[in-house]
Amino acid sequence: MTETLLDIQKIREEFPILHQEVNGNPLVYFDNAATSQKPKSVIKAINDYYTQDNANIHRGVHTLAERATNAFEATRKKAQQFLNSGEVEEIIFTKGTTESINLVASTFGRKFIKEGDEIIISTLEHHSNIVPWQLLCEEKGCTLKIIPINEAGEIIFEKYLELLNENTKLVAVNHISNSLGTINPVKEIIAKAHEIGAKVLIDGAQAAPHLPIDVQDLDADFYALSAHKVYGPTGMGLLYGKRELLEAMPPYQGGGEMIKDVHFSGTTFNDIPYKFEAGTPNIGEVIAFKAAMDFVDELGKENIIQHEQELLDYGMEQLSQIEQFKPIGTAQNKASVISFILEGIHPYDVGQLLDAKGIAVRTGHHCTQPLMDFYGIEGTIRASFSIYNTKEEIDALVDGLKSAIKLFGK
Amino acid sequence: MSINETQDEIIEEFSMLDGDLEMTIGYLMELGEKLPELQETFRIEENIVKGCQSKVWLNASEVDNKLLFEADSNTAITKGLVSLLVRVLSDHTADEILNADLFFKDKIGMSRFIGTQRSNGFASMIKQIKNYALAYKAKAAMQ
Repeated sequence: MTETLLDIQKIREEFPILHQEVNGNPLVYFDNAATSQKPKSVIKAINDYYTQDNANIHRGVHTLAERATNAFEATRKKAQQFLNSGEVEEIIFTKGTTESINLVASTFGRKFIKEGDEIIISTLEHHSNIVPWQLLCEEKGCTLKIIPINEAGEIIFEKYLELLNENTKLVAVNHISNSLGTINPVKEIIAKAHEIGAKVLIDGAQAAPHLPIDVQDLDADFYALSAHKVYGPTGMGLLYGKRELLEAMPPYQGGGEMIKDVHFSGTTFNDIPYKFEAGTPNIGEVIAFKAAMDFVDELGKENIIQHEQELLDYGMEQLSQIEQFKPIGTAQNKASVISFILEGIHPYDVGQLLDAKGIAVRTGHHCTQPLMDFYGIEGTIRASFSIYNTKEEIDALVDGLKSAIKLFGK
Repeated sequence: MSINETQDEIIEEFSMLDGDLEMTIGYLMELGEKLPELQETFRIEENIVKGCQSKVWLNASEVDNKLLFEADSNTAITKGLVSLLVRVLSDHTADEILNADLFFKDKIGMSRFIGTQRSNGFASMIKQIKNYALAYKAKAAMQ
């Protein structure tokens, strides 16, 4: 594979947070699946908003309100392009993927799912794409069906097909597994679900930084993502939904902005997207998300993918040389995530020692307890790479793991 | 040795590590290894202290009006932390335990491990030990 065209050191300079020491060592940030770091352009966007443009949106006639509103809606337009949504009104701003999924469960779920209906999810799911459906099924008397996975951490497609039947109303699956990095065949999953009349929600939280997303090409009914996973601020995300579905769904939260008229005799609701955007949003964060999407587009997703693939390949090659290294999740199609255990040592101990060396990884169940149950383990050590990570950092990780084995190994 | 004397001893030991986190982890590990093996009969659900990633078993018994604690953990670092608590608080009366001011935890340079992080349940362990002391005291008062 040819070396990436990107100048990684130049990219690293855009991320102020990377240039610090932790416990006397240079920070090695390998917890990108938990949250990504932010480039100067995103930080500047938030700062500029509060310094120059802060005003409530969609309500005022004065200049600041105009500027804030325009900037806010510019993000929506950018998000439409970023996801290739057919219409800009199909982009709803939420607090993140978790809220997006809860929104669908509370509105689409409440209205269209009945007793006896079935919802399909997979063993790979994050708790945010399990619990809302469990709550819905408890309330409605519907059944949750689980697509099994194989040892490599891949959905067993034939088993998925067996689960689909005329009672299936919704399929909710992740695009990329946060714990394992498995990239799921969501286009095919959606196609098969549509054949029997079921709708599909895709949890795209992990996909946003790693893959180009084209909701029309996927024919997704709903697609959820979080800004903070893709170089944007926390507390902000979006839900894409097909217009006819969003219009048929009842409101999620009631309040200002989502209404047309309010009288004590009755209230009428606003059109999409505002119907689902009650209250004053985190305006600065929404505006800054545009800067994050611009950052990704300037680099080019194909370049990001190439660099991350190099890191994944190098990481696997180096780590595999450690005798106690056991990867968890070895799908053929994977994003730049390596989940593993060191045989005989608890992940928590390894994580703490790595931190002492300035290396940030995630240990534990990664909010995917059912997936950990499948593997019969309490948790893994997860190193997740981003555009600003380097091979030298992976070397530091390998050295750190060797120290952990020396210290904790029996 | 009194609870406070034990704490002073621990502070002295950790001061020699000079705040080096790696060495501190190594030392905690050694301490944990010295903790007597917890009998299998005590590794039960009722004895588990709730922490996020580490499992900690804590067993309490009383001998001659004093409370004895035995503990274990499935992670080396937490086992070391647990051993410190056992060392400070075991073999003391309920009142001594309930009145104990655990000043050593801020003095041994491990605020990362012994902060509000749920990951090793250190705060939960202290709470559980004090609860045992309270329960024992209440039981003794009823007799």
